[in-house]
Amino acid sequence: MAGDMRSITLTINGRQLSRDVETRLTLADFLRDHLDLTGVHLGCEHGVCGCCTVLLDGRSVRSCLMFAVQADGHEIETVEGLSTDIDKLHPIQEAFSEEHALQCGFCTPAMILRTKELITNDGELSREEIREQLSGILCRCTGYQNIVNAVVSAREKMHDPQVAGR
Amino acid sequence: MATSIEEKPDFKWIGKSIRRVEDPRYLVGRGGYIGDIKLPGMLYTAVLRSPFAHARIGSIDTGEALEVPGVVAVFTGQDCKEKMNPCANFGPPTITQYPLAVDKVRYCGEAVVAVVAESRYAAEDGVEAVEVDFEPLDPVVDPIAAIGPGAPVLHEEHGNNLAYERIFEFGEVDDAFREADVVVEDKLHWGRSSGMPLDTCGAVARPALNGSLEVYCNSLNFNFFIWLVAAALKLPSNKFTVIPVPAGGSFGSKFFAHKVPTLAGFLALQTGRPVAYIEDRLDHITNSDHHGSDRYYDVRMGLKSDGTITALDVDVVDDYGAYLQFGVGTHGNSLSQAVGPYRLKNLRYRLRAALTNKCQQGAYRGFGSEVQNWVLERMVDKAARQLGMGPEEIRRHNFIQPDEFPYKIPTGNIYDSGNYPAVLQRAIEMLDLDKWRTEQERARKEGRHIGIGVVTTQERSVFSSTEFWFWFDKPAFPLTSSPESVTLTIDPTGEFQVQMHSQAMWGNSPETVAAMLVAEEFGVDPYKVNVSYADSAHSLPGTGPGGSRFTVMIAGAVRGASKRLRAKLFKIAAHELEASEDDLEIVEGVVRVKGVPDKSRSLAELASTAYFFALNLPEGVESGLEESCTYDHPYTTLPSDDRKDLGVFYPFMGHACHIAVIEIDAETGTHKFLDYVAVHDAGTVVNPKTLAGHVTGGAAQGIGSAMYEELVYDEDGQFKCSTFMDYLIPTAMEVPEFKLGHVETPSPYTEFGIKGGGEGGRMVAPAAISAAIDDALSDYGVRITQLPIKPSEILRQIETGTQS
Ligand code: FES
Ligand code: FES
Repeated sequence: MAGDMRSITLTINGRQLSRDVETRLTLADFLRDHLDLTGVHLGCEHGVCGCCTVLLDGRSVRSCLMFAVQADGHEIETVEGLSTDIDKLHPIQEAFSEEHALQCGFCTPAMILRTKELITNDGELSREEIREQLSGILCRCTGYQNIVNAVVSAREKMHDPQVAGR
Repeated sequence: MATSIEEKPDFKWIGKSIRRVEDPRYLVGRGGYIGDIKLPGMLYTAVLRSPFAHARIGSIDTGEALEVPGVVAVFTGQDCKEKMNPCANFGPPTITQYPLAVDKVRYCGEAVVAVVAESRYAAEDGVEAVEVDFEPLDPVVDPIAAIGPGAPVLHEEHGNNLAYERIFEFGEVDDAFREADVVVEDKLHWGRSSGMPLDTCGAVARPALNGSLEVYCNSLNFNFFIWLVAAALKLPSNKFTVIPVPAGGSFGSKFFAHKVPTLAGFLALQTGRPVAYIEDRLDHITNSDHHGSDRYYDVRMGLKSDGTITALDVDVVDDYGAYLQFGVGTHGNSLSQAVGPYRLKNLRYRLRAALTNKCQQGAYRGFGSEVQNWVLERMVDKAARQLGMGPEEIRRHNFIQPDEFPYKIPTGNIYDSGNYPAVLQRAIEMLDLDKWRTEQERARKEGRHIGIGVVTTQERSVFSSTEFWFWFDKPAFPLTSSPESVTLTIDPTGEFQVQMHSQAMWGNSPETVAAMLVAEEFGVDPYKVNVSYADSAHSLPGTGPGGSRFTVMIAGAVRGASKRLRAKLFKIAAHELEASEDDLEIVEGVVRVKGVPDKSRSLAELASTAYFFALNLPEGVESGLEESCTYDHPYTTLPSDDRKDLGVFYPFMGHACHIAVIEIDAETGTHKFLDYVAVHDAGTVVNPKTLAGHVTGGAAQGIGSAMYEELVYDEDGQFKCSTFMDYLIPTAMEVPEFKLGHVETPSPYTEFGIKGGGEGGRMVAPAAISAAIDDALSDYGVRITQLPIKPSEILRQIETGTQS
């Protein structure tokens, strides 16, 4: 209902914070409008495009399909959690640029977070498997080929002891 | 004549796959899209949309909505009619539109009421509370019936639903058909799909100083036509400023998409506060004035028995929907490359533009020429089959040859350069066509159905505005301009600023291109060049991306501005070095005397002089280092009065060959890509990696239009796909891996020999896929005649042995 408020406490990109929010506020709108995390993009607001993907306790969720109050007590990571310093990008961000895996950039934060989740949890995947794992996020620009390349290259970078751990 | 690859000059940056300069901000979530803009006191908009295809608007009760907490104001079409002029319109003057429907709704999803509130949540609550009485009218859905007798009329003022009709005839078409040995005929339908970017259209309008209005907007290119939007809002043109905002994709759909900023501007003027109107997905799919071509064809092709194509007769009805904002420009586009890469001399083209109760058309990657590509290739394939020729054989036989350029096609357009046999050959080699033909035979014996589709199509680039009006004998406004501008500044410390003058960032790479070209001209590091976009109050004429024009045009503008800036630098340096300007050169950011490298000045030193030491400047040289250039279309001519010759309007002619290898499951009608090769010729390539991105991204959209995406209206005109659950954009699973190749035949008419390639794979893929499916199921006589191709249609043809 309009007007109902609740207090929530959650960890966002490593920082704990508390806020009072309307119960009907989506997690996506909370992140974008209340915390200025503009890397969360809204492409459909009905759970299909995946542009609003964030990591909730390390797993990807669609923040347009969740209410902010449902994230109470959880850990959220957005693309801003990887790096907001353009001179010191995270290896996955680097890989996306090197492979030209973004054109308009609208799907990019979601693709980057999904890549992080895959690299962290899913070990070696074939290109075909990577495609399958990315298929929950639409990209209208690239035709996906370079995104698959970026996932492969990011995985190599992350497994390189020189860059891993960042 | 075109330079061959061997003679290609030695570029330092052009031709290198450098990382894009645009990327960093997007990688860290700071894209600066329209939804990221928040102004103090800003209000939000939600729109009530028509549930009917065709209805009279009765009473509208907004009382309850105004009571909803947070709602500030509610507006209807009547408010628009009283307080503004109709929207910008390049179509017939008898078909007008407002951002909110006046008196009547003409399609499902048309905007009826706008609610403005303190938050978007409150605005949506407000929409819920609005009551509208609609009196439904009979819907007009079938475009052929729409232009037939007795159909209900959409626009009473226009009188009927035939928005436009014309027959163009080039050459001796009837004679050619009489003399043809073989005539193939078909009925084809290209279904409605659209660019469907993931970021919708949006605008944030703010009442500014002294009665002016500022609009942040991601969908207004053509800055020299922005006064049309001001006129709709009854503002003097100099009181209306558009600040271009990058968009998360357009693919044509944001090409002068003016209704969104017009509505935001109207609401800001009425409320006196900043107002955001940003479409949600439902708004965008149902109402964004961007649906693509929806064409019904009757086509005939005449040939000699040796396979020489002699005549083409096209009769097309295009279902434009309820309005006609760009007139029939999408067919002008078809005519720019109507005969494809073939030496075909006789052409008839009859167009009827139908009005129906559907969302109006806008631009979609190809702007209608991709449809002509598909139609032409479908007919060539049909003829080849009838004549027992292979697909590559009939094409080779008809190709315009490399020594025939510049080549004038029957419509009057010029093809600048090309090497079609080389492109085809490269594709055949990259695929290993023989290997796949052997594999195809082997599989056939196992009862498997593999098909190979080989197509060769044109990829025209850089439109001239004449294509929008040569349709009329007495056009109201026979525009001939489509310029692009750039301002180049070396700042007081010697750093480069490039300012573009149009809405240019839609996911293409305009900043990378501009930075690379500046780097090429001055020998500086492209990553140190800063690129920005002028607002319309400070801009020189700019047209923006569209029709694969931006790279060619910005290259021309950068070159022009660089020449001027270099001349000024040389003047200052010559004075300081006591040398002649003619003896100077610029190498890696240093101006020096040729052959005497230590007699030099860095750009920083020259900039310092230019900005701070006026007494050291040569006579007549002003302080500062800034030059601009407005580059007009480098090669366009007027159509003849009798329209037997449409003039040169799209001369930088790219070319492509795609070969798709597809396996069809004859039990289910489903498909699988086994291989896919795409070879393009876009002249001199500035950045191979970004061009390749257009090929793969465009091909993915071509796959969408060919097999998945369809904007469906049922027989009542109800819209059946207002979400991404129904409108199926290909995912990473539906798009195959592409093998990409390139052949370069530079244009003799553009700077550096660049041709545009932004529309990429969408120009070609639907034809290649259709051909591959026909080939896979040739035993069953399957022939693809409508898009999108559905498994059910494939099964129907397999089962009944009949084509649709
Ligand atoms: S915006 Fe959440 S899935 Fe599209
Ligand atoms: S880069 Fe534009 S949607 Fe993926």
